[in-house]
Amino acid sequence: MIFLKLIYTNLRRHRIRTFITLAGIAFSVAAMLTVVTILQGAVGMFSSLLSAGSEMVVFEKNISDLFFSSVPDQAVKDISTWPMVKKANPVLFGIVSSAGHPLITCFGIDSDDARLKQATWLSGSAEKFNTTDSIVLGERAAEFLNAQTGEEVAIGHGKFHVTGVLRTRNGFEDGGVFMPLTEAQEFFHKQGIASVMTIKLNDKNQHGAFKERVKAAYPELIALEDEEFNRSYSQFKILKATAWAVGACGMLLGGLGIANTMIMSVFTRIREIAILRVNGFSNSQIAAVILGEAALVAMVGAVVGLLIGFVAIFALKHTPALHGYVDATVDAPIIAIILFVTCVTGVLGALYPAGYAMRVRPVEALRFE
Amino acid sequence: MSKVATQNAKTPLIQGENLWKSYEAGAIPVLNGVDLSVDAGETVALCGPSGCGKSTLLHLLGSLDEPTRGRVLLNGRELKRSSERRNALRHEVGFVFQLHNLLPDLTLEENCLIPSIAAGISRRDALVRFEQLAGRTGLIHRRAQKIQKLSGGERQRTALCRALMNRPALLLADEPTGSLDEKTSAQVFELLMELVATEGITLVMATHDRALAAKCRRLSEMHEGRLYV
Ligand SMILES: Nc1ncnc2c1ncn2[C@@H]1O[C@H](COP(=O)(O)OP(=O)(O)OP(=O)(O)O)[C@@H](O)[C@H]1O
Ligand SMILES: [Mg+2]
Repeated sequence: MIFLKLIYTNLRRHRIRTFITLAGIAFSVAAMLTVVTILQGAVGMFSSLLSAGSEMVVFEKNISDLFFSSVPDQAVKDISTWPMVKKANPVLFGIVSSAGHPLITCFGIDSDDARLKQATWLSGSAEKFNTTDSIVLGERAAEFLNAQTGEEVAIGHGKFHVTGVLRTRNGFEDGGVFMPLTEAQEFFHKQGIASVMTIKLNDKNQHGAFKERVKAAYPELIALEDEEFNRSYSQFKILKATAWAVGACGMLLGGLGIANTMIMSVFTRIREIAILRVNGFSNSQIAAVILGEAALVAMVGAVVGLLIGFVAIFALKHTPALHGYVDATVDAPIIAIILFVTCVTGVLGALYPAGYAMRVRPVEALRFE
Repeated sequence: MSKVATQNAKTPLIQGENLWKSYEAGAIPVLNGVDLSVDAGETVALCGPSGCGKSTLLHLLGSLDEPTRGRVLLNGRELKRSSERRNALRHEVGFVFQLHNLLPDLTLEENCLIPSIAAGISRRDALVRFEQLAGRTGLIHRRAQKIQKLSGGERQRTALCRALMNRPALLLADEPTGSLDEKTSAQVFELLMELVATEGITLVMATHDRALAAKCRRLSEMHEGRLYV
């Protein structure tokens, strides 16, 4: 009780300092939570985009970005005839633009692609998908392009007939457009080429065999299970690393803030520490007062930061311009990691001050004032 | 000197043997070979001009500081390790200073409980002891007061209570009434002597006040870092 009061009264005595430290921690935590959650959401969205109705993905080996991967049509045709393969779908990714919308993801796909089947058709149907110049819009793309089924829409250097509008659960797809593969190949000058091929096998136990066969038949290609792909795709790695690096920088700043505060705190409390010493406090008891103060600030800061983060994510999720792109569901493990890291940061930041406090010599400290 | 000690059947409670203390690598000599031996139950006054080293000697005796040369024996044992010195501070030695050295944000009661927290004594036992001491020093009705609201005499009495919380055998008092007016000083000192007597505590007190010093059983004069009995 009195132990806690020693901690608490010191925090209260320096309210502004406490508030600033708390705010530093809170904003670090909020930034970390928001950035990590949003990027994880984006990664999740992108990987679900690949894995629609499939369990493996085939793409060009040693490629860092799927937009630059090339899988020849003839490989797609061949692989789809393999007995173990139930379904093989080529997808060509492209970026198109239209007035005021510089980045629209375009998916060149077959008409039997699971994507078209799994989606909710708001208007039109998949039947006319293969007619020339046809295009299907994601719900949000239809919104911002202000186009409806049956109308004509100008995208990039072409004009297309909208044959349907569909709603998916994926932000990228909802904000994207779908073209028949051949049309997309022509539009992007990538005749005879897809970016990736998504695969569904007859038997899940044949993943290994399939990989081996792809390796043997097409040394320039590689097949990965969706799980594996998510882990190894370098763009995801970069995104995740960036998220955690931004978060770590935030935490570092928070930790420095705590260190600074605790050093100030110890300096202004030398007399108090000396008094505790004279009354029999041990090194570890002195350290506990200092570390306890840091831990308390860190934990309260973390909780406040999480609240700010939740509000920020909620706000982003409901910002019309970002609608569908922010798929931010906050993971419990992320919260646990952040709380843990904050606590460790707080304690680390207080280590030097605690060491300093332990070295306070009571006689000298009590001689003055 | 140690020969004499071992020859004595009764070990002194606290002993300083040939204590030297200097600061700034010897440039400021403060204690120049002090020998002091105090038996259990004695009351000793240290008198001497300002700067002669009274506080320094008390700090050494209470193992708040280490001598440059010589040694301090508590119950015949030298406290070498820091854990031994800490345990001495927790259980054997109580300090009262000229300034009360109480924690301003805590109440009277909380201040007094600090030594028992340090020593890991249960709150219940600590409260029993606190009430006993606070009752005897007339502080019980002020127990919930913040230190700022106490008078100088009350603060000094609180400091006395705190020093005695863990029933030390030795009380080291460094001008315990030096900050008080004459009347209050006399009252607080009266109380101190009363507690020392009833609890059988050994007292070593530094003071400028000859009248107070005269009430101790022994008086030692200090001058330029030397002790004259
Ligand atoms: N850390 C230190 N560094 C240098 N000199 C010191 C230090 N501590 C004490 N001194 C010196 O040691 C001498 C003795 O100090 P001490 O406090 O023991 O005297 P005192 O007899 O208690 O005096 P007073 O009656 O004024 O309290 C003083 O001259 C003081 O300046
Ligand atoms: Mg002194």
